[in-house]
Amino acid sequence: MTATAPPLAAPSGATRPVTRRRRRSPLAVLAPYLMVLPAWLWLVIFFLAPTITMLSVSLMTGDDLNGFKQTWHFSTYSDAWNSYHVQILRSLEYGLVATALCIVIGYPVAYWIAFKGGRFKSILLFLLLLPFFVSFVIRTQSWEFMLDDHGMVIGLLHDLHLMGVMTDVHLANSKGEFLQTSTAVVGGLTYNFIPFTILPIYVALERVHPSLLEASSDLYANKAVAFGKVVLPLSMPGVFAAVLLTFVPVASDYVNAQILGGPKNTMVGTAIETEYFTNLNYPTAASLSFILMGVLLVGIFIYARALGTDDALDMAAM
Amino acid sequence: MTAIAGAALEEAYEQDHRPGRRRRRLRGGWLLPFWSWVVILWLLAPIVVMIVFSFNDGNGKAVSFNWQGFTFKWYSKLNAYSDLTSAILNSITIALLTTVIAVVLGTLMGVALGRWRFRGSGSVSLLLFANVAAPEVVLGAALLSLFLTLGIPRGYTTILIAHVMFSVAYVVVTVRARMSGLDPALEEAARDLGAGPISTFFRVTLPVIMPGVQSGALLAFAMSIDDYIITSFVNGSTQTFPLWVYGASQRTGGSVPPQVNVIGTLIFAFGVLLALSGAVASRKRA
Repeated sequence: MTATAPPLAAPSGATRPVTRRRRRSPLAVLAPYLMVLPAWLWLVIFFLAPTITMLSVSLMTGDDLNGFKQTWHFSTYSDAWNSYHVQILRSLEYGLVATALCIVIGYPVAYWIAFKGGRFKSILLFLLLLPFFVSFVIRTQSWEFMLDDHGMVIGLLHDLHLMGVMTDVHLANSKGEFLQTSTAVVGGLTYNFIPFTILPIYVALERVHPSLLEASSDLYANKAVAFGKVVLPLSMPGVFAAVLLTFVPVASDYVNAQILGGPKNTMVGTAIETEYFTNLNYPTAASLSFILMGVLLVGIFIYARALGTDDALDMAAM
Repeated sequence: MTAIAGAALEEAYEQDHRPGRRRRRLRGGWLLPFWSWVVILWLLAPIVVMIVFSFNDGNGKAVSFNWQGFTFKWYSKLNAYSDLTSAILNSITIALLTTVIAVVLGTLMGVALGRWRFRGSGSVSLLLFANVAAPEVVLGAALLSLFLTLGIPRGYTTILIAHVMFSVAYVVVTVRARMSGLDPALEEAARDLGAGPISTFFRVTLPVIMPGVQSGALLAFAMSIDDYIITSFVNGSTQTFPLWVYGASQRTGGSVPPQVNVIGTLIFAFGVLLALSGAVASRKRA
């Protein structure tokens, strides 16, 4: 990676004429390492080592009473897949649907703020960020409160005589309830993660210079063509980053499924939690975590190959 | 992840204040603004519900679905649930400690990564990226595996360890971004004028990168006080505010007492005031 770089080259120092070279004391040579060390150690001990431990736990066999032994028992993975592929596939499905909804709902908002926001841009962005000042669990809880049978949304729909329609298009279940349906879970996921979709798209759109739009209209492009040929392609890195920032947390979330969904809407996160805390089956829980991470990594990799640019990865890393 | 929010706000601010920028009012239809306002109202709906129902009268066991009349009594009965009070105290102290530790460690690493390319700096960046990109469930489950394997009892300390682990990378990223705006000639000048490396850091480097440190600190605090998923894996029997609320909602009957809305409202008001005063202060400086 940087193996060929000299150990201590200041990046901008190279461009300036070197008038005088200060003698580097051994301490100065070590300085970057000493400064990096504490945070590096923290991440190695509490992020890298746990991940490796989890890999080893996933290949153990045993039970909580007699202890677990390292047996390189790879079939835990296929067993975990067999028991929980429904939840894993459901997580991916909810993740895809909610991410798509976030993009479709959020893109016009990002577009409007970026191009028509004028001097109210900061205020509009602040409004988008306001939900972050309320705890994630309370926001989800608040939706449960609103979507309840006795809550205000169902009451309103009943008053408008729309509840039958909701049932007919399968947004509500046959008893006319929203809670404990996949609509509620996907809706909650879309709600909770849409700011992560809007903001990167906004940042990308903000970088599109308005003169490009003028140029395209000078060249006789109408608004739709200008959007399709200029704005949309230029905003794709933002959309790419948005998809990454939305899909990974959505697919691995289980709070929405637990609070808004029912037993038919559990996601893989619930399965991991149940295996750890209820069944005390640590190898299965660990292997499920790795399956989830593996599926997401493979998905991201294929997606990056198909669409990605360095620009998009940079934005996602922000 | 949330760092992008800061980037977006900064960009918007700079756009607003770019001299000579022509503010073109493109004539769009009514559909786009209408849609955007609907989305914004949808985003704010649960907050409005939370605030309004924190003033709703009722029996106090669970928030009533119907409007029972305006009352301040939940605000005065804030401490009715002693375990809720201790959960909030845990949340606040853990968030503060997390912020301090993550800011110190993250700033050191961010400055080093922003200033030097050294053997291994690439792999450090990779470690940071993996940490930020990993799903929360996996981070929590991995830490739990470690604690279980080593037989470490879970509680307040393990929560703190976990919170520093998932927030330090965000501080590194925001500080490293600021380092690119630091002219190395400034530090060089300080050294030429006889300042040692330590005093150069505190009197030249730190003031320049301060906005990055501040937004990193804000992120660390916000992520820590709001975290549910990772905390639920490493908490043992210690409660934090999100865990308490979640537990209350999962109990049979799903009864969340009105105090939860009150505390949510207070945290919301405090956060908004803090953010607004910060924005006003930075505008005055500019």
